[in-house]
Amino acid sequence: MGFLDIRDVTKFYGQTEVLHRINISIEEDEFLVLVGPSGCGKSTLLNMIAGLESITSGEVSIRGRVINGVHPSQRNIAMVFQSYALYPNMTVGKNITFGLEMHGVSRHEREEALLDVAKLLQIDHLLDRKPGQLSGGQRQRVAMGRALVRKPDVFLFDEPLSNLDAKLRVDMRTEIKKLHEKLKTTIVYVTHDQIEAMTLSTRIAVLEQGHIQQLGTPQEIYNTPANVFVGRFMGSPAMNVIPARVAVQEGVPFACVTDSGDGEQLLRFSQANLAGWDGREILLGIRPEAITDPEGADRGSTNVVSLRNRIGVTEPAGSDTFVTMTLGGIDVTARMRADVNVCRGDTVDLAFNMDKAVAFDPETEKRIES
Amino acid sequence: MADVARAADFRTRLQQWIPKLVLSPSLAAILFFVYGFIFFTVYLSFTGSKMLPRYDWIGIENYVRLWGLSHWWTAITNLGIFASLYIIFCTLIGLALAIFLDQKIRGEGMLRPIYLYPMALSFIVTGTAWKWFLDPGIGLEQTMHLWGWESFEFGWIKDRDMAIYTVVIAAVWQTSGFVMAMFLAGLRGIDNELLKAAQIDGASNWNLYRRIVIPLLRPAFLSAFVILAHLAVKSYDLVIALTGGGPGRATELPATFMYSYTFTRNSMGIGASSAVIMLMTIAAIMVPYLYSELRERK
Amino acid sequence: MGSAAQDTAVHTGRVARTFIYLVLLLFALFYLLPFLVMLINSVKPLSEITSGNMLALPAVWTIEPWLSAWSTAQIGVEPTGLKPYFVNSLLMVVPAVAISTILGALNGYVLTKWRFRGDGILFGLMLFSCFIPFQIVLIPMARTLGILGMAGSTPGLVLVHVVYGLGFTTLFFRNYYAAFPTELVRAAMIDGAGFFKIFWRIMLPVSGPIMVVSIIWQFTNIWNDFLFGASFADLDSMPMTVALNNLVNSSTGVKEYNVHFAGAIIAALPTLVVYVVAGRYFVRGLMAGSVKG
Repeated sequence: MGFLDIRDVTKFYGQTEVLHRINISIEEDEFLVLVGPSGCGKSTLLNMIAGLESITSGEVSIRGRVINGVHPSQRNIAMVFQSYALYPNMTVGKNITFGLEMHGVSRHEREEALLDVAKLLQIDHLLDRKPGQLSGGQRQRVAMGRALVRKPDVFLFDEPLSNLDAKLRVDMRTEIKKLHEKLKTTIVYVTHDQIEAMTLSTRIAVLEQGHIQQLGTPQEIYNTPANVFVGRFMGSPAMNVIPARVAVQEGVPFACVTDSGDGEQLLRFSQANLAGWDGREILLGIRPEAITDPEGADRGSTNVVSLRNRIGVTEPAGSDTFVTMTLGGIDVTARMRADVNVCRGDTVDLAFNMDKAVAFDPETEKRIES
Repeated sequence: MADVARAADFRTRLQQWIPKLVLSPSLAAILFFVYGFIFFTVYLSFTGSKMLPRYDWIGIENYVRLWGLSHWWTAITNLGIFASLYIIFCTLIGLALAIFLDQKIRGEGMLRPIYLYPMALSFIVTGTAWKWFLDPGIGLEQTMHLWGWESFEFGWIKDRDMAIYTVVIAAVWQTSGFVMAMFLAGLRGIDNELLKAAQIDGASNWNLYRRIVIPLLRPAFLSAFVILAHLAVKSYDLVIALTGGGPGRATELPATFMYSYTFTRNSMGIGASSAVIMLMTIAAIMVPYLYSELRERK
Repeated sequence: MGSAAQDTAVHTGRVARTFIYLVLLLFALFYLLPFLVMLINSVKPLSEITSGNMLALPAVWTIEPWLSAWSTAQIGVEPTGLKPYFVNSLLMVVPAVAISTILGALNGYVLTKWRFRGDGILFGLMLFSCFIPFQIVLIPMARTLGILGMAGSTPGLVLVHVVYGLGFTTLFFRNYYAAFPTELVRAAMIDGAGFFKIFWRIMLPVSGPIMVVSIIWQFTNIWNDFLFGASFADLDSMPMTVALNNLVNSSTGVKEYNVHFAGAIIAALPTLVVYVVAGRYFVRGLMAGSVKG
């Protein structure tokens, strides 16, 4: 049994099932990110943990205590909202200590707790201001302060960075990560931003249409996505999913793909068990950074396959150059080094790091286990 | 599902009940004093009540008698004249003033309250002022005569055929500023970039307003119409103070008709049936409007 | 309503602008004239009104009509002036406004932040009640007030005005609170605040603008009401508007126009003062979407 357990939890709005039998067990000090496109049910799940939405069936427990039906304020949780939800009529200090006041904590203790938190978040100089006078980043800190001061069992974050501009978002991301490492708190964090999910979490749950698509560490999710959806959703630019056919030569499986000139090219798989798929169609999943110019190929890889193809649009992005080409009848993105000298229409050698490639069953879209 | 609901702690269950408890007195009051009373009045309109309510069911006799009364026909005709002119003039004046005020007018801050203040007055006060202002013996007509315009005549308020128009004048005076404010708010809500785009497209001011601005004010037109129409049907105080329904019955409206039949002529059944017809008139306007407004918000 | 400084894209020529100013000023005159004339003539002796020019300034200035209207004029049969009725109106208006505003605020809070199945229909029922012609409730209301023992009393009138004002105050607060972020209420719930704590500590402190709208609206409507006053009040509870109408339309004796005007202005004064002091907030708040359902 974990620290925070979500067992067989479902949610219905009328007849519509928006969450299907969710099971997640979260350990103490873990940073779990719920990620998915909008409408996938991630915020609903968070609100159910908070007690802001009722649980249709199943159980949620914290420290072994079932909290279904327990009032939000009695669950020993704290929440940071997307809009920060700072009380506009109260000063920063009052905002932070309001929860303590509601729980009957004495003024003296409140003051002390406030000063601790304010120092931790470096907002001591803002305590007498109203939220309206704060910048976005400062509001974000106050919202976190309000959560921290309660010393809750579990912190819930509902897309806390989505209202910040790009630069600040990256800074605050780092800050949240530092805070977690320093305070060793249990966090459930909802976002639609897969980079946030990758950078912050110790584990990720990818949700779509009310189902958990995959639950695992960021590396597991990124390297061995459970299905096409997870592969495409995590990572930017998205994973290439190329229609291919398995061809076995001397017991070794190859992916057979059509190139831009309608010729067939072979890419040797690193996974030997794919030999069982001989002659069948599959989907070849390969991330842009696994398709490079030959000089940029990963030297640690055991299986780099070279392939000649004509390239289309090139997009220099500063640190890399993204190159688009046609492969298997679809647009495929490759990630080359910044100073690579290629032009539209050139036919060039490409290096495929097949160690990083995965294969999906086109019927179920699930990854074929190796 | 039931298990989970039973597991809810006392505080959570209490918090689910308090809102409903808080709402219930208001709700009970509205149900009783509004809908209960409407039901009661509708019922009375089918009884032979005279001075006091009686509960003998006489069917639609009251309605038959009502529609046979020339007095009622006068009231209905007057309402038709009054309501249409009142709505048209308030809208035209309100719209014109709002468009003019929206042209970066110096002194807008002074003018706006001048246009609006009549709204703060009681119809009784408005009636008192206009009654005398329009009185040929001492008001406007007399003043014109004293200024040497001997042939000036403005005796509408004493004229059976024209008196209803004086009610229109006073009512427009009172409400048109409010309509102006509604349109002005609508105008200020229009995106300026849209107007700039239209000008770049070469629209003249006239076309700009006719083709772009006025169509965009549709919601304001609708709100103004609904508010004015329901005020027109409810008009009572102004007629009482301005003309008292006279001369003769020349300015009777359904509201004054209902009052006099119910409370002074001891024909409560007929009074009730006239009230039901007033309610139905307003409901025909308000219900579709409120329905669509509440729909949109969801 | 924003300030006049807003950048308008429309440009008008010189002739058009002159015309616009002319029309605007003419209408200003139209709106001001009846009231100004009333004011001027309320400080004239009666003889100057009946024989003279209504637009002329008084030859003899007198405050006699004001004093008479206030304390000695004949209202009905009693020479009491308007003073007791002014007091009646105040005694009726203050509790009615306070109660209907508080209830409206609570209703609006429930209907937006504690929603439940069917709340939309309940709100629709309340909203429609704003617009009914009050003739439809006159007969049963008279009966009910009698049964409750409140006939002809100020508490009875307070009840009437609270009931028929509730729809509007609920509408105002509901629309205002609908724009208020629900996340704040959720945050306060997690912080441990209950229904009333949230209302008191979170919602009410930011309700200033809509309070002003509700109070002004209710104050003007109730102060200016004539129908309910005429139907349900007796001599001890008769409000200002009814008394004024009795003063002006009494058929006995000489028509003392100057006293009538003074009385009319006295009757209009409280709402005018409220309007002058807080009118801009009223219009601003009202136009922020509250006139619409």
